[in-house]
Amino acid sequence: MAEVEETLKRIQSQKGVQGIIVVNSEGIPIKTTLDNSSTVQYAGLIHQLVLKARSTIRDIDPQNDLLFLRVRSKKNEIMIAPDKDYFLIVIQNPSA
Amino acid sequence: MSPKKGKRSGSSKMKSKKSQSPTPQGKTGHPEDIFPLTLTSATQNLFGCQIDEDVTAQSPYKLLKKDDIMQDIKTRAAVSDFSPAKQIVLDYPEEEILLVFDSEFTFGQSFYLVLSPEAKNRILKLPETETPEVLENEVDTARKPKQWVSLGSEKEIEEESVKEREPLVFTFSRKRRFFGLPVSFSDNITPISQGFPSYEDNRRFIPAMLTDCGTQAVPKVQSSTAQTNWLGKRNNSTHYEPRDLSEEEKEVILQSDSMKEFLRGVTPRMLHALQQEEIFNLFTDDLKDLGADVEDDNEPDLSKGLELFKTFTDPSKGKKISSVNWHPSINGVIAVALKMQREEESDSEEDLSLTDPKFIAFYSFADLSKPQDLRKEQTPEVLYSAASEIESSHKAAVTDVQWLPPTFEVTRTGLPVENTSKLCVQVITCSPDCTIMFWDVRLPKQAGLSLFQRPDQNTPMTRYIVPKTFKHLDRTWKPLFKVSFQKMDGSGVYAPLKLSFEPYPGNAEAAGSWSAEDFLDYSQLRIPSAKELKTLEDVNTKIFIGTEEGEVVYTDWKLEKDEFGLVHCPKPLFSFSTHDFMVYAVQRSPFFKDIVLTVGTWNFAIWKEGVMEGPLHVSKFSVENCTAGCWSLTRPAVFFIGKDDGSMEVWDLLENTNGPSQVHPGIISGTIICIKPWIVSSKQHFLAVTNDHRVVRILEISKSLRTPTSNESSRMEEHFEWETKYVKEFDRRKKVWAKEKEEQELKKETKPAKPVLTPAEQEELDKKEYGEFLKLEESILKGLGLWPKPDHSDKKN
Repeated sequence: MAEVEETLKRIQSQKGVQGIIVVNSEGIPIKTTLDNSSTVQYAGLIHQLVLKARSTIRDIDPQNDLLFLRVRSKKNEIMIAPDKDYFLIVIQNPSA
Repeated sequence: MSPKKGKRSGSSKMKSKKSQSPTPQGKTGHPEDIFPLTLTSATQNLFGCQIDEDVTAQSPYKLLKKDDIMQDIKTRAAVSDFSPAKQIVLDYPEEEILLVFDSEFTFGQSFYLVLSPEAKNRILKLPETETPEVLENEVDTARKPKQWVSLGSEKEIEEESVKEREPLVFTFSRKRRFFGLPVSFSDNITPISQGFPSYEDNRRFIPAMLTDCGTQAVPKVQSSTAQTNWLGKRNNSTHYEPRDLSEEEKEVILQSDSMKEFLRGVTPRMLHALQQEEIFNLFTDDLKDLGADVEDDNEPDLSKGLELFKTFTDPSKGKKISSVNWHPSINGVIAVALKMQREEESDSEEDLSLTDPKFIAFYSFADLSKPQDLRKEQTPEVLYSAASEIESSHKAAVTDVQWLPPTFEVTRTGLPVENTSKLCVQVITCSPDCTIMFWDVRLPKQAGLSLFQRPDQNTPMTRYIVPKTFKHLDRTWKPLFKVSFQKMDGSGVYAPLKLSFEPYPGNAEAAGSWSAEDFLDYSQLRIPSAKELKTLEDVNTKIFIGTEEGEVVYTDWKLEKDEFGLVHCPKPLFSFSTHDFMVYAVQRSPFFKDIVLTVGTWNFAIWKEGVMEGPLHVSKFSVENCTAGCWSLTRPAVFFIGKDDGSMEVWDLLENTNGPSQVHPGIISGTIICIKPWIVSSKQHFLAVTNDHRVVRILEISKSLRTPTSNESSRMEEHFEWETKYVKEFDRRKKVWAKEKEEQELKKETKPAKPVLTPAEQEELDKKEYGEFLKLEESILKGLGLWPKPDHSDKKN
């Protein structure tokens, strides 16, 4: 538990990080630093996006797998690191 | 008793029964059971059978008791009428004997007795059987033929019968060429019936498969309802909430090894990405950043600066233009204030003047040559609406007049308060007679008593229609209050030429429409007492003043109270003599509320409110006099300076702070008196330039000068910030140097004084020093290998 906390704190301390969400493979958020409604929204939407992206990569080349996904928008950037069971979502505002 | 009775019954029998043979009776005789007799009236009285009283023709029967009759016989013996019938009566079996009145004397006597009871019965039964006998008679006689009831048969008869008819009329038409020719009618004998012999036709027997049969289908309509079970279920609304894990589950997951593994793997990647973001923005579009605020149309920008658009010249001689202003609502109309050529230089603006009649002409873009007067039809001459009282107004010419914005007004002590009427009601004027006056267009409260009707003075000016708007103020207008500012070093008062105050935005509604109806109410407005109005705390009551001697004074106009409770004018907060002569223009930047441009005679300066140390920027001294200046309306860093040789400079502070970015010589002949910019549309920005020889030139500002560069406003701000810092820094350093200098002075004084040397001793000293110097020189030169010196040999001594 402490290790988890520590890791998340490390990420949180980076410049411009607005929020971190840890989501399980079903899309249910496990740990978050944002408020509940945003968390739920992000988790649900991004979960679908990740599944789609992963299936895209694997369709093109079955040996390949999705390693990292970055979604850059006007206001901020959403970075998603997927794994076998969970994925980590970090929202960063680079100019801030 | 009497034989007449027998006759009677016999005849009656004869009458009544046809079938029955009449009872044998003789004409003289009487039937055997009838005994006619006559009764005297006494007897009739006695027995109650008086003729026509008890017995009549209709009821001739009377039953008498046998005993009574016997009694009578006994009493009256032979006299009694019944004596002949004594024996009969005695023989009569029954008690009562029938006496019948015989009115017709059928048996010869008026009465008759019926001797036998059978006859009595017979007679008595007669009235019963008489009526059916009568009926039978009637039926026999009434058998007549029946009436004929029509059953339609007469019609058939009529049809079949042959009658004479009217002549037949037959209408027919023929061809035209046969008109008039005789007609020949003939009988057409057609056989009524023609028989067709039947023949066999098996082969062509066409069975009638179809027969045309008319039918009418009338639907039987029956409405009925049925209720069915709704078997298909459909979701009307769904209420859902996101899935969530319980706290314990979350804890479990977080503790699990897989989570740790995951984080261990993922974290470096994430950190890498985050750092990347921080370092470098991958997605900047350089080209886009370069060209911010790009307009849709890219017109080739032909002219670099100002282009002459129009020129207006007033044809009438002898007038000078004193000021110019654009019409706020009508595009393309400019108002020019002209004045008669007089010796005194007085520039006044519209509507308030003390000295000469001023003319205001309107120029519009439509008509270049002639000025049009939009307010009065005939003459372009406009008179003042109200003149202030001579005693209490300025002693010198009014050099600047400005309306206070309708958002706030000022009380007698200079406190800014809320303006309840949303109109411009107050005016500030300044004049080189060292006062600034605040005027209120409304009447003071006590004015109602002191005003008296003046007779209409027939001045030569009354030929023109003067608007009565400010008539209530005419000749009695006193200023609300006056301020004059003592110089900071106490050597007099400032003589302000121009001023600029900060416009207070106030409420948004106050800046709204200003309709003509409101305009008429000026005479009704009264100055409210200061207590009623709400003091506005955040109004900046400080003004920049440019004076006649070139000072720029920044001061507060609120009257202050000093320790004795007297109100007096406040001391100015700073004043700098940056300009050496008259200050021609003091203007706030339309973009930054605290940046002020002041134009003096040989230079101009930019000030920032709040920076007490000095101007942010002072320009170099220029050869020609700068006579006018104004900010650009669209570009925060650009302003225009007009010179007295008719040229104009365009300064762009971001481009070049040392000199003007553009110089346009010879824009106009003569001295530029006034520059006023105006925006007609987004493509047309104009600058109106007037000189003192009644020429107005309209210049069009080219695209490069009217579109701000990217981030110009923020860059300008930064620039000013930097300037401010510099100024402050410079100021600080000046102070430090001053302090250091002081310290040095002090040090010098405290050092022991050097012994005063006599001149001879001084010369000895000098010689010694010179000798030492020569030796030094020799040694150096020897070291350099330049000994002996060629030049110094004869100058050694």
